[in-house]
Amino acid sequence: MSDQEAKPAKKPKVPRQKMPEQNPIERAHNFYEVALGYDNDLALLEASRCLQCKKPSCMKGCPVEVDIPDFVAMVKAGDLIGASWKIKEKNSLPRIAGRVCPQESQCESKCVVGAKGKNEPCAIGRLERYVADYAAIHGDGKLPELPKPTGLKVGIVGSGPAGLTMAGALIKKGVAVTVFEALHELGGVLVYGIPEFRLPKAIVRAEVEELRRMGVEFKTNWVIGRIETVDDLLEKRKFDGVFIGSGAGAPLFLRIPGENLNGVYSANEFLTRANLMKAYMFPEADTPVAKGRRVVVFGGGNVAMDAARTSLRLGAQEVTIVYRRTMAELPARAEEVHHAEEEGVKFELLSAPLEIIGNETGWAVGLKLQKMQLGEPDASGRRRPEAIPGAIYEKECDTVIVAIGNAANPLVPTTTKNLETNKWGNIVADPETGKTTKDRVWAGGDIVTGAATVILAMGAGRKAALSMIDTFKL
Amino acid sequence: MFEILEKERIGPGVNRAVISAPAIAEAHRPGQFIILRTTENGERIPLTVADKDVEKGTITLVWQEVGATTYYMSTMCVGEKFQDICGPLGTPTHIEKFGTVIGVGGGIGVAPLYPITKGMHAAGNHVISIIGARTEGLLIMTEDIRKVSDELIISTDDGSFGVHGFVTQVLQGLIDKGQQIDLVVAIGPVPMMKAVVNVTKKANLPTVVSLNPIMVDGTGMCGACRVEVGGKTMFGCVDGPEFDGLQVDFDLLMKRLAMYKGPELIALNNFRETPRGCQCTFPGGA
Repeated sequence: MSDQEAKPAKKPKVPRQKMPEQNPIERAHNFYEVALGYDNDLALLEASRCLQCKKPSCMKGCPVEVDIPDFVAMVKAGDLIGASWKIKEKNSLPRIAGRVCPQESQCESKCVVGAKGKNEPCAIGRLERYVADYAAIHGDGKLPELPKPTGLKVGIVGSGPAGLTMAGALIKKGVAVTVFEALHELGGVLVYGIPEFRLPKAIVRAEVEELRRMGVEFKTNWVIGRIETVDDLLEKRKFDGVFIGSGAGAPLFLRIPGENLNGVYSANEFLTRANLMKAYMFPEADTPVAKGRRVVVFGGGNVAMDAARTSLRLGAQEVTIVYRRTMAELPARAEEVHHAEEEGVKFELLSAPLEIIGNETGWAVGLKLQKMQLGEPDASGRRRPEAIPGAIYEKECDTVIVAIGNAANPLVPTTTKNLETNKWGNIVADPETGKTTKDRVWAGGDIVTGAATVILAMGAGRKAALSMIDTFKL
Repeated sequence: MFEILEKERIGPGVNRAVISAPAIAEAHRPGQFIILRTTENGERIPLTVADKDVEKGTITLVWQEVGATTYYMSTMCVGEKFQDICGPLGTPTHIEKFGTVIGVGGGIGVAPLYPITKGMHAAGNHVISIIGARTEGLLIMTEDIRKVSDELIISTDDGSFGVHGFVTQVLQGLIDKGQQIDLVVAIGPVPMMKAVVNVTKKANLPTVVSLNPIMVDGTGMCGACRVEVGGKTMFGCVDGPEFDGLQVDFDLLMKRLAMYKGPELIALNNFRETPRGCQCTFPGGA
């Protein structure tokens, strides 16, 4: 008998299962979803990696506190429909969250599997997506049981992730809900901002449809602050409460010369044209967008990655992200940066725009850029970029997309009486309850926090819903 | 919702339609506009509301055929519906009793000028309207304007009707005559507004212009409608559409309006090759 046979066979460690994806060369020219999703085998393997912790720390990393170990256990047991109900107890938009949440900095960052030395955390987000997609396709389409109407009614301003989450939470408590949306399509940033290849519109539509079937009323083309004010909703329409989730829709520009040249877009405009208005189908769809050959994107966040990758898909020959710090400081999700690189997006780091150069017809033809170096850490803890004296150079381009963030859109705050805003124009709201300084008015999402993530907005919508439910004593 | 109740051709390539939109009619104030889409794949285009009837729950739109969407609108018939109409949008006109207000309207600009003229007249101003077009056949809404003006002067570039000359010459004539003027409101093609401002700047007259930049959402979310006013970048959709004419960079506006000239032609050719819509009020076809 040899030594080897005497030892019990060591259980092989299951590695984190990779997400199947479209080939980068192919996908850089189409708008189909990049990530293809797990199949049942991958999902079972990945679920088997969960340790089913007694005190699950992953849940603490989730802004909406999904019962992660419970739903993963149900995946292990093969009860995918049950798992989807378990998720939906806390998150009414799991197909969306499973796709756009930055899990690596939330639930998965707290996962004990990942914390134990060299292993990667359990892929909670990918499992969530798998479960929710499975239930949407194979489920019986049953709605959760709804209580008797309470007679209370609430108005929600904006149909983005905060508003939709709010609507789902309240309708399940028997509150009549009306959602007011300024655009012609529901979903807010989920339909105008996040590209089709990351979040297919059909999924947003299906999630909205489910809320509609549950009784949520939606009003599109309805700009609160213009056709009606928040005060009108309270006084004239007699809503018992109003939730403002109007988002951070007011694009920031750099205030450098040449910024109003033709071919210069805010990321919001570029993405809205390409996504919501389907400019990639032009002229079958009526809205055009400048299809640049050489596109430069300013900024290093997720929106910059979305804009760059959308440009590639529209047919640009060269797409460059110009960012004033280094790869290490890029605020975008690592996965998005990786995807962008794979698809051929170039990164011009330690570089800051000084001027956009135009021709006589008013079109952008190039950039004047300043080479930077990293200095001492600033208030955000990141090393401050400093200009290298005299290191100024030019770069050719025909399209410029400014993706440096959004300020609060003033339309709702400035038309609502007694609603306090901070110096940036964001609505002041209690971070735990979403309560504003105005009676019967709650707010949450980007209009409160400034531009953040979909899941944080969903978390804010959920907290405000709980606070309303508490206030109404339901 | 958004059904066309009445429609007529009021000039070559110019149409007027009365559309059912009760909530918009009620909330609308002079100077505000709407954004519409004709069909599911339609683009969003802004149009100023030319008139409204709160009791009937209607708004009136006037448009000139320039691109695929406006041509398509001309093929839409009574009973057909717009896919979407969003409004009212934009900051309303500041209306008060200024004294004597001169309204200058050129071409299709007379349509958005009408509700402002009406408002200024109702506020007790002495309103002098100067309406101009290239030629007599292109004059629109002159009788509507006449009803809400104390004085109406019509001019045509070719002298076929009224004063022979530009609206700016008429305005200059009033200034030279020593006419008391407290405010000028000018709406029309960008070159006309620029020319009006050249006249009023010299006479130091406060001048309001209504700008028509390219827009997408109309709520300040995208910034497509950037205009420069007094060296500052503003959004036409929320900060405007009306601005201090003396401060506006009209040359930039003209360049930005030409941004999609290429795609616009492609879309128009595409439209011409696609038989669609009713042609009953659409003589000659597109």
